[in-house]
Amino acid sequence: MSTATIVKLPPQETARLPKRSYLNNEYGLMSWLLTGDHKRIAILYLISITFFFFIGGAMAGLIRLELLTPQSDLMAADTYNKVFSMHGIIMVFLFLVPSVPATIGNFVLPIMVGAKDLAFPKINLLSWYLYIFAGCFTLAALVLGGVDTGWTFTTPLSTHYLNTHVITAGIGVFIAGFSSIFTGLNFIVTVHRMRAPGMTWFRLPLFVWSHYAASILMVLGTPVLAITLVLVILERAIGIGVFDPTKGGDPLLFQHLFWFYSHPAVYIMILPGMGVISEVISTFSRKRVFGYTAVAFSSVAIAVFGFFVWAHHMFIMGVSNYSALVFSLLTMLVAVPSAIKIFNWAATLYKGSITFETPMLYAFGFMGLFTIGGLTGVFLGSLGMDIHLTETYFIVAHFHFVMVGGMLMAYLAGIHFWWPKMTGRMYPEALSKLAALVTFIGFNLTFFPQFVLGYLGMPRRYAAYPPEFQVLNVLSTAGATVLGIGYLLPMLYMTWSLKYGKIAGSNPWQATGLEWQIQSPPLTENFVETPIVDHEAYDYEWLAHKTQHEVQTVG
Amino acid sequence: MHFISPVLWQFLVNWLTHFALFPPEASGIAPDTDALYFFLVLISVVGLGVVALLVVLFSVLYRQERNPEATQIEGSTLLEATWTIIPLALFMVTFVWGALLYFRIYNPPTNAMNIYIVGKQWMWKAEHPGGQHEIDALHVPINRPVQLTMISQDVFHSFSIPAFRVKREVIPGRYSTVWFEATKTGTYHLFCTQYCGTLHSQMIGEVVAMTPEDYERWTAGSTSGSSLAQNGERLFASLGCASCHSGNADAHGPNLAQAYGSKLQMANGSFVTVDDAFLRDTILNPTMHQVAGYAPIMPTYQGQISEEGLIDIVEYIKNLNSNYRVQQTLNTSQVQTTAPAAPSAGQGMVKQ
Repeated sequence: MSTATIVKLPPQETARLPKRSYLNNEYGLMSWLLTGDHKRIAILYLISITFFFFIGGAMAGLIRLELLTPQSDLMAADTYNKVFSMHGIIMVFLFLVPSVPATIGNFVLPIMVGAKDLAFPKINLLSWYLYIFAGCFTLAALVLGGVDTGWTFTTPLSTHYLNTHVITAGIGVFIAGFSSIFTGLNFIVTVHRMRAPGMTWFRLPLFVWSHYAASILMVLGTPVLAITLVLVILERAIGIGVFDPTKGGDPLLFQHLFWFYSHPAVYIMILPGMGVISEVISTFSRKRVFGYTAVAFSSVAIAVFGFFVWAHHMFIMGVSNYSALVFSLLTMLVAVPSAIKIFNWAATLYKGSITFETPMLYAFGFMGLFTIGGLTGVFLGSLGMDIHLTETYFIVAHFHFVMVGGMLMAYLAGIHFWWPKMTGRMYPEALSKLAALVTFIGFNLTFFPQFVLGYLGMPRRYAAYPPEFQVLNVLSTAGATVLGIGYLLPMLYMTWSLKYGKIAGSNPWQATGLEWQIQSPPLTENFVETPIVDHEAYDYEWLAHKTQHEVQTVG
Repeated sequence: MHFISPVLWQFLVNWLTHFALFPPEASGIAPDTDALYFFLVLISVVGLGVVALLVVLFSVLYRQERNPEATQIEGSTLLEATWTIIPLALFMVTFVWGALLYFRIYNPPTNAMNIYIVGKQWMWKAEHPGGQHEIDALHVPINRPVQLTMISQDVFHSFSIPAFRVKREVIPGRYSTVWFEATKTGTYHLFCTQYCGTLHSQMIGEVVAMTPEDYERWTAGSTSGSSLAQNGERLFASLGCASCHSGNADAHGPNLAQAYGSKLQMANGSFVTVDDAFLRDTILNPTMHQVAGYAPIMPTYQGQISEEGLIDIVEYIKNLNSNYRVQQTLNTSQVQTTAPAAPSAGQGMVKQ
């Protein structure tokens, strides 16, 4: 591996963290719990989603342990059902949806556009409180005895046939939805109204574009989830019969409503991750992102098309063959902008000056795994193929490649990339490279066998399975162990670095974003004076010129 | 091989003897599905290969030691067009290919024999027209198209036979269909693939594909004594249906003989083709399906007939088309105690 690095740290003997920053501007618990500062709220989010990530991860560990043997022997079938339901609910609604936008986005998006804060700081704080309430309801459902609907809350199973805490969990997800609506709303208004002078739309970093696209999805899609959950809760509590065929209702209606949100939700999860990848790849190849406008508009295209593909979750559910045809066609179209992004990132490397710091390794991991995840999505979007593959482990592998291989890799890339900005300190480089490698290997070992399992026909959500599937399941469980270590490592060394990490200085990566031109950790008001933007995003010549100028002034 | 731990050794043996990438190809559809799968795997490998090649190649060529100064490039419309059009073209091929396959799997041929499937938590019940009932098992002959008409009596289930590459959701309150033609004798997995509650993973069974001769033998050996249509006939009488649907000119209800497959004019002026779903809906929700020229006096039978009972009646009404003795039964409003011969499979299934 190459040893060259772009990391430029201040001399460690003399370097100190800035005297004043958002971290030490105020002290005491209340200064955090009542803060309006987007950076502090981002830290609150970071701590809370990490907590839920490890709960969800523990559930994943239990699932893989149970599947080590063909019999349902570690836990009863009901327990298994509760464990995978909780794993899904926590990971989707309490980790993946808020992961990048609510932590990294919250922290850097206002700084990237040159603003002092988000448009509505109090709504931002409210969004975190809603998230915490949602988390409490979900944990309550877990502690009181669990819920076994699966994360999809499928009716009429959830409304008439289960005797678990469906309503509690439903309220949790309902509230989590509003938390994400508020985040999206805040981002949209901030991007429209609070850009610094000279920060035109086409000078915005691609991170902002992808967050803008994701925010549109959050604001327009999430209310449908809320409506659906209210209907489920009403149906369960007082039997209004919307989804009950014996009362003239239609259980398929639930599927339409649920997927109308939950397919766009996939893009809510992945788009912010794509924004991270654009920043990271540009920074570590010292090059502007190839085809800026194509990448920016592909985010918007994904957001628009993302709303019109939901019924591809229902190809085998007795929808009309012709509507299936239309949804399959649109699904093929939504795959194209993702392909455009991948090729543009690859082309960004061309004639770059590439170094391989940890965020870049995660970004490479993202590109490989997301490509596999995206292409296997085409398998599932193809009507005839979907019949055999849907509801098997193939689909489990597919969305884990996108969500874990894609999104979680992007999240880790982003956390490592902006860690020096958030804390003012560097994480340990060698250890983090090891963690990136362990994660990549563990991930592939866990989820690649599941594609094969799926094609062999192993259904998802099975506590017990025919013995001939055992070998592949053992491989997958072994991989999950490795993957678990890969996730624990950053947790440990990141915490360690808070006290012992090297002082990062304001711009350790020599990156061009506005957030790198201010001190680390930033001041509460971000900028000493409002920046005036006179260059495009990823303008490394401007950065070189500016650095030279600074040196001259100081010298 | 004593130097390997027994656990590992067993694992290796297991791996080598059980490792498979594909389930058995045991239906007419299976090779076609696999062909599309190979195509998709191929374009995925090529696509991933191109991306990986670019990333690795550029990482080697343009790493900082070799290329200390990056060359800024705006972009290229030609390249953007290239990597828009080529994936789009490949995806369109996938789309058309997949659509053709889908329409084939979900449009049964007209000569398919029909078997009814009722799903419930947590078992599969199969009802053969000849009156054979099975639980968590399905016996079918090879080299003959078999259509399944399926319904759930509680939650969503999904009927999946990986070896045949077919699967379809089994929905409460609605018939769904799927068909296949088994090509190899053998016993194959039957899975419920839609999560349906506690014992979802126990809602499994086996599909036994048999030679036509074996199938005849099995049919003869496992008959329950009366066909579905005969059961339906009895239900028809005991529920008092015949008092209105007597077939007489002055009857309160429409004549059901020859009704199946015909086009009926409804009270609101629209025309409806009478099929299984229509018959079932009409029995449960008569006021929603008012036939022109008749008073809306039929009561609902919601909650009074099980899904199996509904299947029996539907099967009975289907068979009225071809069974003159049942016509006589209707005319005399009496139930014949001698059973009509079990309808030979395939009869009455003809699509119009």
